[in-house]
Amino acid sequence: MSNLFFTEEHEWVRVEGNKAYIGISNYAQSQLGDIVYVELPEMDDEVSVGDSVGVVESVKSASDLFTPVSGTIVEINEDLEDSPELLNEDAMANWIVAIELSEKEDLTSLMDEEDYKQFLGEDA
Amino acid sequence: MSLKRTPLYNKHKEAGADVVEFFGWEMPMTYTKLSEEHEAVRRAAGLFDVSHMGEIYVEGKDSAVFMKKMFSNNLEKVADGAIAYGFFLNEKGGIVDDLLVYRRNENSYLCVVNASNTDKDDAWLRAHQEGFDISIDNRSDDIAEVAIQGPKAQEILQKVTDFDLDTLPFFHFKEDIVVAGVSCLISRTGYTGEDGFEIYFGNDDAQKVWDALFEAGEGVLKPVGLGCRDTLRFEAALPLYGNELGDDISPLEAGFGIFVDKEGTFIGSDVMRAQRAGELSRKLVGLELLDKGIARHGYPVYDENDKEIGFITTGYKSPSLDKVIANALIEKDGPSIDDIVYVGIRSKKAKAKVINKRYLHKNTKK
Repeated sequence: MSNLFFTEEHEWVRVEGNKAYIGISNYAQSQLGDIVYVELPEMDDEVSVGDSVGVVESVKSASDLFTPVSGTIVEINEDLEDSPELLNEDAMANWIVAIELSEKEDLTSLMDEEDYKQFLGEDA
Repeated sequence: MSLKRTPLYNKHKEAGADVVEFFGWEMPMTYTKLSEEHEAVRRAAGLFDVSHMGEIYVEGKDSAVFMKKMFSNNLEKVADGAIAYGFFLNEKGGIVDDLLVYRRNENSYLCVVNASNTDKDDAWLRAHQEGFDISIDNRSDDIAEVAIQGPKAQEILQKVTDFDLDTLPFFHFKEDIVVAGVSCLISRTGYTGEDGFEIYFGNDDAQKVWDALFEAGEGVLKPVGLGCRDTLRFEAALPLYGNELGDDISPLEAGFGIFVDKEGTFIGSDVMRAQRAGELSRKLVGLELLDKGIARHGYPVYDENDKEIGFITTGYKSPSLDKVIANALIEKDGPSIDDIVYVGIRSKKAKAKVINKRYLHKNTKK
């Protein structure tokens, strides 16, 4: 089974051990356009599914990053504070936040890459 | 309610534009990237479809006196063939709309109004027309409009018209000009802080004009959307209705008193006079963010004592300046240039400095 998942909000989740790295999909960055600011959460914050764990801002709008998993914020990608454009350059390679999973079952409701591609087909 | 489409809708779709809903219209937000389109207008030229704008003709024997009652600026000082910017004010001194008035002659005026307010303006004018020998003709649905803007705008437009554009000064217009075989009204106006023209013509001719301009501007002219229209106008300190201007904001608060005739008698003029005499409670200032974050429309602004003193009207990471800047409507006796304020961005308060809101030098012709 792959360790890469997607949400209907166009986020990706890459699971490494008990940790989930979360970013936005290539489709999301292309829809947002020029990304000019990424607001990161506080380390050690405890979050539940659906909580905002960051904000990705394009020139036109601010979009919340809603976590699809529950747990504790254990890493934040501080490179994005000074270089938010990294998300435009390679959205899949630049994670935004890492969460130590408290409920592994959260992952079961997510899409795998193939499902996500199908979902995009309907959405795009 | 179904959304309205401009006669150029298919052109936008063909060009791959991101088409969004804008006050009941389906309009192009971006074609490629907002920042690229913004730069194209600052450095070369961009073409906007602004067919959603409203065109209302006020004509007849009493039109001069009627416009005097309705419009904040003095049209008696405007020559035939010239244009005045100003406001329709309500009785409380708030703004019904901001608009351009094209003076065709003493008995004929073309009001170019915001798409979001066209129906409201039309109703507002009609509600006050009793006793005046005038006609009010809202021709918005028949007239298309494009704006060609940027340092290369004149060079490109000149290729498709025999009319000598050098003879057209800023804020002047000329009718019955043939552009690409189509009879047009051309004005040297815009909403970007750059030199450029706004061109009006019938819906049926829209695609012809659009194509001819791109042919003339091949390799230089880019189609540009509403996204950069907002960042461009903001950098040039031009206000947007719904942001810097509104039903409950006075033009004097927003810093546009030069478009309000001091002597004239028009709807709202008594409030304007009282405000000039000291009854003004707010002012529009520029801010530069010192902390990270983007200050956006509606965010609260605090002084150094944590007292809420106003709100952001427009804010962006400025594509031309590469800084985060914002306009804020704050208490009149509050902070001024170089003072520190704080902008509430979600759960944080970001430090900002009050600066002159003329962020950018304008390149419009005199």
